[in-house]
Amino acid sequence: MNLRRDVFQAIAEPTRRAILLLVASQAMTAGAIAANFDTARPTVSKHLQILTECELLEQKQNGREIFYYINAKKMKEVADFIEPFRQMWDERFNKLESVMKAYQAKKKD
Amino acid sequence: MEQKTKIDAQNGKQEIHITRTFDLPVELLFKAYVEPEIVEQWMGTKVLKLECRKHGGYQFETTDPRGNKHGFNGVIHEFTPDQRITRTFEMENTPFGVQLEYLQFEKLSDDTSKLTMHVIYPSVEVRDQILAMPFAQGINMAHNRLQQIVNQLK
Repeated sequence: MNLRRDVFQAIAEPTRRAILLLVASQAMTAGAIAANFDTARPTVSKHLQILTECELLEQKQNGREIFYYINAKKMKEVADFIEPFRQMWDERFNKLESVMKAYQAKKKD
Repeated sequence: MEQKTKIDAQNGKQEIHITRTFDLPVELLFKAYVEPEIVEQWMGTKVLKLECRKHGGYQFETTDPRGNKHGFNGVIHEFTPDQRITRTFEMENTPFGVQLEYLQFEKLSDDTSKLTMHVIYPSVEVRDQILAMPFAQGINMAHNRLQQIVNQLK
């Protein structure tokens, strides 16, 4: 239960959400992540530490560099992380259906 | 009520299945993937190229609210009207690589049809990242809205 609160606190901070969004599309080094923010580098490091501690981010050593990537498994524990993906497709297909119904109606005229 | 769109994404696999039933004859459902001006309407994208035939290519372009353009493209490997499209799909300028999509169109009745998309990603990691993206964006939007409300209260 502690985990849930920690994760919620972790994602309540705008910079940390922005970091998650960045890393969601691509594993990045701390430097590359920090380059996206005006915030001081130690502040970004602190955010990365918090996100890593609550396991939303994971670290992977690649040569000399440490890459951060999103831990989809942990995301799944705090929420059904596939649901927004499903909704995105559902909305897209709803649109398809309504566009084609309008098309069908027009053809009948 | 049963959901019309279903996602089957098993842990540790690099593929997913998306299924959806439509209150449309299969011919109309298929047409939605063929006519450029119709694709533009429901996908919310600009169709730069759409060659519906074996070895044909397609190119789409969307513009986000900030005015940034995002390109998508792929090659069509199999094109059987009202039955099947096999194609690749790639988001340009992203590290996701190319995914393979098998689209199967099925007639259920004269007025209903079913689409099954079998999508194969380059790796389990890429698949999980792509699945998680709308989630991450959703968190962001929800919190931005919350922030707006809180700001109004101040």
